[in-house]
Amino acid sequence: MTFQDVYAKLDARRTIVNRLMLGLLGLASLVAILPLVFVLYYVVHRGIQGLNLSFFTQLPKPVGETGGGLGNAVLGTLVLVGLGSAVGVPIGIASGVFLSEFKRSRFAPWLRSAVELLAGVPSIILGIFAYAVLVVPLHGFSAAAGALALAIILIPTVAKTTEEVLKLVPDHIREAGLGLGLPRWKVILRIVVYGSRSGILTGVMLGVARISGESAPLLFTALNSQYWPRGLLAPISSLPVQIYTYAISPFDDWTQLAWTGSMVLVLFVLVANLLMRAILGGKKA
Amino acid sequence: MTPATNAAKPPIPEPILSAKDVNAYFNAFHAVRGVSLDVEPNSVTALIGPSGCGKSTFLRTLNRLHEEIPGARFEGEVTLEGENIYGRGMDPVQVRRKIGMVFQKPNPFPSLSIYENVVVGLTLAGVKDRRLLDETAERALKHSALWDEVKDKLRAPGTSLSGGQQQRLCIARALAVKPPVILMDEPTSALDPISTARIEELLGELKKEVTVVIVTHNMQQAARCSDRTAFFFMGELVEYDRSTRLFTNPQDKRTEQYITGRFG
Ligand SMILES: Nc1ncnc2c1ncn2[C@@H]1O[C@H](COP(=O)(O)OP(=O)(O)OP(=O)(O)O)[C@@H](O)[C@H]1O
Ligand SMILES: [Mg+2]
Repeated sequence: MTFQDVYAKLDARRTIVNRLMLGLLGLASLVAILPLVFVLYYVVHRGIQGLNLSFFTQLPKPVGETGGGLGNAVLGTLVLVGLGSAVGVPIGIASGVFLSEFKRSRFAPWLRSAVELLAGVPSIILGIFAYAVLVVPLHGFSAAAGALALAIILIPTVAKTTEEVLKLVPDHIREAGLGLGLPRWKVILRIVVYGSRSGILTGVMLGVARISGESAPLLFTALNSQYWPRGLLAPISSLPVQIYTYAISPFDDWTQLAWTGSMVLVLFVLVANLLMRAILGGKKA
Repeated sequence: MTPATNAAKPPIPEPILSAKDVNAYFNAFHAVRGVSLDVEPNSVTALIGPSGCGKSTFLRTLNRLHEEIPGARFEGEVTLEGENIYGRGMDPVQVRRKIGMVFQKPNPFPSLSIYENVVVGLTLAGVKDRRLLDETAERALKHSALWDEVKDKLRAPGTSLSGGQQQRLCIARALAVKPPVILMDEPTSALDPISTARIEELLGELKKEVTVVIVTHNMQQAARCSDRTAFFFMGELVEYDRSTRLFTNPQDKRTEQYITGRFG
């Protein structure tokens, strides 16, 4: 057998293995995407029937009366997620910046462990924490307690992604900033963080998407409510909790509301994600 | 301690930058040992020597970037136009505005446009006057011989340029804050021969307005582009002379061995 023969045989084998692997990769990708497609299809299929303006503008009606909507839950979720993000995002980003830019500080290892531990704590436990620090002392379930629970869930996600994204900025970029006669804080904020804003925002988006769907920590913090939001110190309704309540109810129109609520929640997260991508994708090019 | 050949020859009457008995440490490691070196205004001074001999470290003591490394320590004195940059009350941020730096790897700031990269030293210092910024950008880009290539795409990201163009962008960025001195640490070592030639040409132009201190591993480059050359060896300044003389008639045995390629 000549060298050519050996190579020809190897090449034939390589081509086959190559095709096989490519096929497997394609299959794996398909399996990964499939659940998303099914969930989207099924949720929209079941939810779309109940979608109308009154879903967003009306309160739930008592059993027996027809119509009604989940307007209070939609608004409540916006309030809880907005408030939770307003608290959690700045703290998360600040922690991430600290972890990346001051990694040699004595405080950094402590903060890193705290963030990692927090990221691993089940969200229901964080709900218990919010319950202990806000619900118990204030003698009542409240939107504030729910928002606090969501903020605490958000912090480690945002902090970790911010840290990872900033660590990708090579040190010589920082030195170049210092070499231009810029003070360190400006180098960090205006060059390193600003230059990584799309990555940081992606992390924020993922975190916000996650807390939009949290129900467990809200169960004993924000609780639920049949009324429109009545301030931060009163219980407040939210889509996930409302979906949970209605989905297990025996009444058909409530189950329908739960389906439509699920659809609205999923689409909200999806659209927010796509929108963010479109904006950032356009900037990056 | 200091070898006789260490002093500048001929002496420089009014150096713009002057290092006196500079010692630099990384924790206990003594990287730069008793280096004294005067830099002539409007000249190009090359620092050469084998890898690890302390060229970069010495260069970074000249704009107080050395102290940004954890565990780094400095002893000695560096004067810029007669003023000790390590003096009491001297702000390293102010020092670095007067002594700019260009690094080995081109490092335009991420997600800033070409234009924003050039004027970032001014905008982040609070300059808002558009006319002034536009003029500065054009001047700096012309000065770094990049203007013709980028004048129609100033809004494109700085990172979209080729490596050689990026390095000239970084030179423009350093020039924009009008420092009297610019330090360059192997600015062409990551570039192709054509980009390298362009930057070498540029050095001759630059020195009409600024003083350049450049570290290079390329001895032809040092011989071609610099007025004076300093040869470093194991943390010490071994020989410092006019480049024409140092490369043709070195006084120290080690210099001779290095430039003839017998070590390093
Ligand atoms: N951050 C650092 N921490 C500890 N030691 C360092 C550090 N940077 C450099 N050194 C050491 O200091 C000595 C001088 O390094 P320096 O970078 O100044 O050399 P150089 O002459 O620039 O070399 P090269 O030509 O390879 O760039 C080397 O022995 C190096 O190992
Ligand atoms: Mg070096």
